[in-house]
Amino acid sequence: MKHLILTTALLLSAPAAFACEAVTVGDLTIQHAWSKATIGADRPAAFYVGITNSGSSDDALVGISTPAAGMSMLHETVVTDGVASMPHAMRVPVPAGQTVQLAPGGYHGMLMVLTAALKEGDRFPVTLTFEKAGEVTTDVDVLPLRSEGPDCADAGQ
Amino acid sequence: MRLRTLQIILWTAAILGTAIFAWARWPAGNPAATETFSVFEPSFALADSDGKIRTNAEFRGKFLLVFFGFTNCPDVCPTTLAEVAQVMDNLGPEADKVQPIFISVDPERDRRLGLRAYTEAFHASILGLAGTEAETRAAAQSFKIFYGRQNDAKSPDGYTMSHSSGLFLVGPDGAWLRQFGFGTPAADILSDLQSRF
Ligand SMILES: [Cu+2]
Repeated sequence: MKHLILTTALLLSAPAAFACEAVTVGDLTIQHAWSKATIGADRPAAFYVGITNSGSSDDALVGISTPAAGMSMLHETVVTDGVASMPHAMRVPVPAGQTVQLAPGGYHGMLMVLTAALKEGDRFPVTLTFEKAGEVTTDVDVLPLRSEGPDCADAGQ
Repeated sequence: MRLRTLQIILWTAAILGTAIFAWARWPAGNPAATETFSVFEPSFALADSDGKIRTNAEFRGKFLLVFFGFTNCPDVCPTTLAEVAQVMDNLGPEADKVQPIFISVDPERDRRLGLRAYTEAFHASILGLAGTEAETRAAAQSFKIFYGRQNDAKSPDGYTMSHSSGLFLVGPDGAWLRQFGFGTPAADILSDLQSRF
């Protein structure tokens, strides 16, 4: 029930995104890359994306980079006994046959030392580095602060 | 005999329902609060973005939705504040019964980065507070919550914060009511509030 409400809320609150198209590298499909708008350029941004591995061998996301930020790394938000922290993630596993979401409250790309504030409607490129599949670059949509993800007809949220 | 069976069933259902209700209202994920659960009144005296000291006492008569966080937090804090903003919008004319408050656990940096610009980006009704270290410690203790600083060379300014990620509800009489765990949908928070008006 809770999930139904959450899903409904996601569908209702997700604004129309203009880039729902996917990019692929090897057996990996990268889709729904987005960030929330930032309040100024002095605070870090979070980067979210969905990665589907349609192959038969496991892979892992091991790094991200973007000209939009001076330093980018992978983090995982962890809530333990009600206390949230976000340790670095050395790698985000992308097991064979599965879809992994970098999403609010979980794995995210942490974009630090932004070159400019991210404004709703902006797009910027992020290059993802995978252990096996190598590098691939995707465009990222900047969505409103209240967004919970892009509104794609095929959204794999 | 049939009637007696029915009575037993109804009583069992009623007791079970009460137990589930009590369990659902019990503060979860906060060992300190669970151990000493009783009526308590969280308190704070912290500066707003104008430097004016604001205290819990001035909000008597309103429900408080209190979140502890820091403005350099890109994931947990915006997610929760966006939910709070949605709740405030959906409350409509009843929004004046609720005061949302963001208490900085990283007050020095947040004052420098701008507290008001941050809270207003989510919702004009959210009051941002950033006190001294000692005042912040005292507020956190009174809410029975945790926050800490981790040195981390790869984080902005060389550190990051961990903090209790719940959203805390305080009643119009000043008594602590419950927490909403991280990720509680805005619709659930809204219906909980509406059930109390
Ligand atoms: Cu992070």
